[in-house]
Amino acid sequence: MIQVTIDNKTIEVPKDYTVLQAAKSLHIDIPTLCYHPAVKIQGNCRICMVQELDGKLIPACSTKVRDGMQIATNTKFVREMQKGVLELILANHDQDCLKCVRNGHCELQELCERFNISKNVLEENQLSAHAVDNSNPSIVRDYAKCIKCGRCVEICNETQKVNILARAHRGTSFDVLPYYDKPLGDTECVFCGQCIKVCPVGAIYEKNDTEKVLDALEDRDLHVIVQIAPAVRVSIGESFGMAPGEITTGKIVASLKRLGFDRVFDTNFTADLTILEEGSELIDRIQNGGVLPMITSCSPGWINYIEGFAPEALKHLSTCKSPQQMFGALSKTYYAEKEEMHPSKVYTVSIMPCTAKKFEAGRPEMNSYGYIDVDAVLTTRELAQLIRLAGIDFANIEEESFDAPFGLTTGAGAIFGATGGVMEAALRTVYEVLTGENLENIEFEAVRGLDGIKEASVAIGEKTVKVAVAHGLGNASKILKDIQQGVSDYTFVEIMACPGGCIGGGGQPIERHEDTKQHRIDAIYQVDAMMPYRKSHENPAIKALYEEYLGAPLGEKSHHLLHTHYRPRLKK
Amino acid sequence: MNRIQQLITANFDRYDGKDIEAYIRLGGFTAIKKAVEQGSDYVIDELKLAGIKGRGGAAYPTWKKWDAGRRRVAEQKFVICNADEGEPGTFKDREILKKDPYKVIEGMMISAYIFGAKKGFVYIREEYWDIQKTFKKAIEKANEAGYLGEGILGTDFDFTLEVFSGAGAYVCGEGSSLIESMEGHAGRPRIKSPRIGEKGYLGYPTLVNNVETLAGVTRILEMGASEYARYGTEKSKGTKVISVSGNVNRPGVYEVPFGVSLREIVYDVAGGVENDRPVKFLQLGGISGPLVPGSALDTKYAYETLDEKGFTVGSGSVVVVDDNNRIIDYLVSVSDFFYHESCGKCTPCREGKRQLTRLLKKFVDGTARLEDVNAIEKVANTMKHASFCGLGQTAPTAILSALKYFMPELWQLVEEGVHENVAEGEWK
Repeated sequence: MIQVTIDNKTIEVPKDYTVLQAAKSLHIDIPTLCYHPAVKIQGNCRICMVQELDGKLIPACSTKVRDGMQIATNTKFVREMQKGVLELILANHDQDCLKCVRNGHCELQELCERFNISKNVLEENQLSAHAVDNSNPSIVRDYAKCIKCGRCVEICNETQKVNILARAHRGTSFDVLPYYDKPLGDTECVFCGQCIKVCPVGAIYEKNDTEKVLDALEDRDLHVIVQIAPAVRVSIGESFGMAPGEITTGKIVASLKRLGFDRVFDTNFTADLTILEEGSELIDRIQNGGVLPMITSCSPGWINYIEGFAPEALKHLSTCKSPQQMFGALSKTYYAEKEEMHPSKVYTVSIMPCTAKKFEAGRPEMNSYGYIDVDAVLTTRELAQLIRLAGIDFANIEEESFDAPFGLTTGAGAIFGATGGVMEAALRTVYEVLTGENLENIEFEAVRGLDGIKEASVAIGEKTVKVAVAHGLGNASKILKDIQQGVSDYTFVEIMACPGGCIGGGGQPIERHEDTKQHRIDAIYQVDAMMPYRKSHENPAIKALYEEYLGAPLGEKSHHLLHTHYRPRLKK
Repeated sequence: MNRIQQLITANFDRYDGKDIEAYIRLGGFTAIKKAVEQGSDYVIDELKLAGIKGRGGAAYPTWKKWDAGRRRVAEQKFVICNADEGEPGTFKDREILKKDPYKVIEGMMISAYIFGAKKGFVYIREEYWDIQKTFKKAIEKANEAGYLGEGILGTDFDFTLEVFSGAGAYVCGEGSSLIESMEGHAGRPRIKSPRIGEKGYLGYPTLVNNVETLAGVTRILEMGASEYARYGTEKSKGTKVISVSGNVNRPGVYEVPFGVSLREIVYDVAGGVENDRPVKFLQLGGISGPLVPGSALDTKYAYETLDEKGFTVGSGSVVVVDDNNRIIDYLVSVSDFFYHESCGKCTPCREGKRQLTRLLKKFVDGTARLEDVNAIEKVANTMKHASFCGLGQTAPTAILSALKYFMPELWQLVEEGVHENVAEGEWK
């Protein structure tokens, strides 16, 4: 520990602290823009400049504390310089704030309010920027908004190891662009949307599909149904001022009904179904000498990654569609038949914590007997927008329940939303199916939590099965490397593209606190603990589905509806 | 005191740059011999006594820089000669590289010996392609003669040297950008710490020195520090190789002892101003340096006397500007340079240059107003204090000097513009 004095207050802080961290421990918030806890410190926006005793300015984010250091964070000089930087940014930023997707929750806007920006001496809104890039179904980049902080570059290249974004050109032509100035849709971008999550302004956002959904709801000929992914219920409350991790399942159902959806269903149901199909596939591979380790296939960002970067490893992927797509397939077949409707009249909407799900829904192979499985995908943020549009007081709306037949779910389906959840849910089922015994302790702590790569050895009967869980594509790529080199001794691997799993997805409300993800995870396991059924194979509705319609896992109908195939994504 | 000295430039025009034998006949490689025989402590003491500072512009005492890194233990260490001379108005390294390459090579050998590096690079700007050729040849000959390679001078000192070509970015003259570019990245400065002395090229301790500094070190060891220190002033010992250009009769590279006056440099060394016009101002230390008004010509050219008045030695360039030139035109050309050369990484430099260029243009167009002068000052100060690296911090130096010394001329442009607009009925 060393002593530093900040704004006349002396404190002891660990010696590896930055000035920014030291100030934070004194509850002083030094302004930042390029700094983000999830990415490497860059020190390039220069708005965190504070003053040392000798009068010199230093960047708080990238300067380590020294013993006896004396810092002033709010002198006139500091304020003038910080404001000077802010005004320079504003002078080259498209200030159509009222029409901006980040209006009201933009870091730049908040700083303008904080610094009481009124009249800029510099000319504003004289921009020359790249045209908006909306070349793909998931992510839009609006270059006129970009403040070149570089956070998206860091998350894409360092955390996700996707390496699509680059700092291009120099001087005043400096820009953050996909490599070789390609449209995002022409690159190997996996559409995980982590860049959206770190963008301080409205320069990156999901392609908005709310109008499409509103039009469908308006159409009297259509029967519009909706599914909600497990992670959405523990995060959407944040968009309405609720604490991270509040469980709002019933409120979401109620809101969707007010919005006019004919039926509201739960993706947890098809998560349970995934476990039966994927679990059976795993057992089949283990017993019949199939390719191991088998890797999960629920995360479309991950699928895009492996198709783009390691196509030779595709045989390791489970052939199961994701829960979203399984739901979609059933909605156009089983459900349509059951409701005696023509599949073309069923319009299926997903509410997902994910931007890659938009891309996944549009894959040409994702259709069942000619009808697209999922018609529209909204992110958690887009749903919040619809709820606000309808004037629904989300925090206070009375809770309602899911509809049948896709409303009865288990805790195993619920935990799909957190990293390690699919693994845990699968183990609960695979153990019992393989041993025929009742699993006593169903909580696999070793695969829970935010460690980048988690491993566990699980005794199943006389066999010990080694499993691994990775979240974030950077971590995934490490496991993948071993698999590619044939030195992996895992039997089953869960991979989620986003750090934290779906609760940290690219479509989720933008986290403003470092512990937000942990709160969401805690809530996911709370949902699990509250459920009467906690193992997918015990779900009576799933059993009924197999009896009534599908037959058996991996059966012919399952094969057509619930399984898919992959192909290398060739560089364009 | 002689206004021109030939210490560092003593070998100029006395041998063909590729002729190692000739260099040896002129006393070459005696400095490295001394270093190897007398040891590191001796060299550091000599440099301290000679008072030599980084001649690239930073003016950090060379002995301190070398002393700090020499005991650092690492798997590998590198020395680099920064020959990316890109500062407009600065061309003295070009002359040293061209006319006495072995003095620089010997300086690198000494630096490698002290620092503990087995590998060195001469990072030469792309535009000096002919010098790159000369250097490659010179290195080849030194290899053949056993001055580079293994077991140099019969000791266990191994050192190899390689030429590395820059790719034309001004910012790569900054040490960490230079290293970034050597590693194949875009030339943009690195965050400090760690400094490149700790983690430089490929993550290993790296010592980067300017061409003139290295040639100077060789010369100091050759002649002895106490002899070298007889030249110059108490606080600025020795000589400086300067590049004089602009409206002078004899532009060129000259070696002067510290302590001569600016007036002597202009009139005696460089032959006076073209057509006998009065000096309007000088720009010292390159395009990133301050403007010195004609009224300050009697200032002595030494670190301490220049610093006192807010001027600088910098890279040692002296651009002489006569009264035929408008201050605004000069500023525009300075600004255009930085507009092009900012790496774009940090906000103050990237956006500040964008704004300064836009604002200065208004003075040229006659559309500048009172508040634009304030805006210029504000942006320039933000750049100076908040930029990431030296480029952005010094890019507005000329503008800030102009605001100090040439404000009336800028005001006049505002006034003329206003009158014109009133006459045309556009001004309300």
